[in-house]
Amino acid sequence: MMLELSEVHVGYGRTSVVHGVSLTVPAGGVVAVMGHNGAGKTTLLRAAVGLLRPQSGAVRLDGQDVTRLRPHQRVRRGLAYVAQGQQAFGQLTARENLQLVADAQPRGVGAARTDEALDLFPALRGLLGRRAGLLSGGQRQQLAIARALITGPRVLLLDEPTEGIQPSVVAEIEDAVLALTRAGDLAVLLVEQHVGFALSAAARYVVLESGRVRDEGTGGAEKEEQVRAAMAL
Amino acid sequence: MDALFSQLFAGLSLGSVLLLAALGLALTFGQMGVINMAHGELMMAGAYTAYVVQGVVGDAGVSLLVSLVIGFLVGGLIGLLLEVTLLSRMHRRPLDTLLVTWGVALVLQQLARDVFGAPNVDVRAPQWLSGAVQVFGIGMPKTRLFILLVAIVCVTALALVLRLTPLGRQIRATVQNRDLAETTGISTRATDRLTFFIGSGVAGVAGVTLTLLGSIGPTLGTAYIVDAFLVVVAGGIGQLKGTVIAAFALGLLQASIEYSTTTSIAKVLVFVAIVAFLQARPQGLVAMRTRSLA
Repeated sequence: MMLELSEVHVGYGRTSVVHGVSLTVPAGGVVAVMGHNGAGKTTLLRAAVGLLRPQSGAVRLDGQDVTRLRPHQRVRRGLAYVAQGQQAFGQLTARENLQLVADAQPRGVGAARTDEALDLFPALRGLLGRRAGLLSGGQRQQLAIARALITGPRVLLLDEPTEGIQPSVVAEIEDAVLALTRAGDLAVLLVEQHVGFALSAAARYVVLESGRVRDEGTGGAEKEEQVRAAMAL
Repeated sequence: MDALFSQLFAGLSLGSVLLLAALGLALTFGQMGVINMAHGELMMAGAYTAYVVQGVVGDAGVSLLVSLVIGFLVGGLIGLLLEVTLLSRMHRRPLDTLLVTWGVALVLQQLARDVFGAPNVDVRAPQWLSGAVQVFGIGMPKTRLFILLVAIVCVTALALVLRLTPLGRQIRATVQNRDLAETTGISTRATDRLTFFIGSGVAGVAGVTLTLLGSIGPTLGTAYIVDAFLVVVAGGIGQLKGTVIAAFALGLLQASIEYSTTTSIAKVLVFVAIVAFLQARPQGLVAMRTRSLA
């Protein structure tokens, strides 16, 4: 297995938001996490990448306990994270946003991965000289995914990649995510509100409610009714 | 006409001193948000470094050039020590950094008194910096021109590092969004330390150049700390360009008011002008605009 969350309890200060959630993302596998706002999806992802330290439980990457590692150390071990809200370094150009990550890769590797990432989002090529803060939400999201891919991840954490993005760009991002998940060599933990898209991308799904696992099972479009019912409860 | 050029030069000269004093602070306060009240004492450490180096090397010319390098390292290392031991525990708590660094400033002043004595000491200026260069009939002291040159070199070097190097990109990314930088694979702690080292090192360089303007003592830094903060705030926090413009603007303003009044009155009027300016434009001279919050 690549990423394993084991009995993770995590929250903010003394307030617990996620109560003992366990899930496993196998190598090359895709797991979707769904649930209403406030269910604890983002909190779970932030614990996985190390921005929040679990009150108890463990995060393992390739079988090794990384619970006490800082986020950049996890990234260097093959974990990448695309946060909610199309985050970019607004005062850096789009090129610098990518170069920043490429700098940290071995010589030659950074440039090659940047090229591959830009092949996935060709629209970004014409915007590289623009400050990231002046890009649209959709463009910033594409930049964020490209940035994550340049780290050369084996596990990608995606937090609502299509949330708050204009419909014309949503399809492009969904296609890119599907292409990534179908390539088979990248494990993906996808947090997503769009049930149809999540189930078409994922081999397994987990529905969270109030910080606990409400329902889980294998993915596929035919599960849409069941998942919607679990989320409606 | 002579008077105009004379004032212009006086303003540029004062501006270059302000710029050197504020440049390191533009990094540590402007970029990292640390209110480092010991910044002046890092300058003082640089000044005493020049004093010690001259005692060892002897030749004033060689010792000045060597001091610029060692002053950078001494300022940088003291700053690094401060960051590692105290400030790294105070992220996002600027008021705590103010109190702690104020205490550190007092400790460093006392340390200088214990080591070098309370009276001021002199550092000899090299022979090649004595006298003045005549331009448009105005005598421009070579020491002042040298300080202007050092200021230009420091700003250019810092701007190039920030804009063109991987370290510069890391620093800019970290100050903009720490969490995002961490999850991009950047060690924000290591970046903080390097940023603080460079900012403090520039303060050390500023201190070395101040030895060309007069004798130095344990409280040397206190004369510059407020002005340095004013320059960074008026320039626009986080903007190197703003710091440069603000330093020269304040230098020219102060020099031109001094011409028809006194130094004290000029100081008061410059303060009033800054307060009025910040009322109208709280973000300072240069501010970034973005579509996103990040």
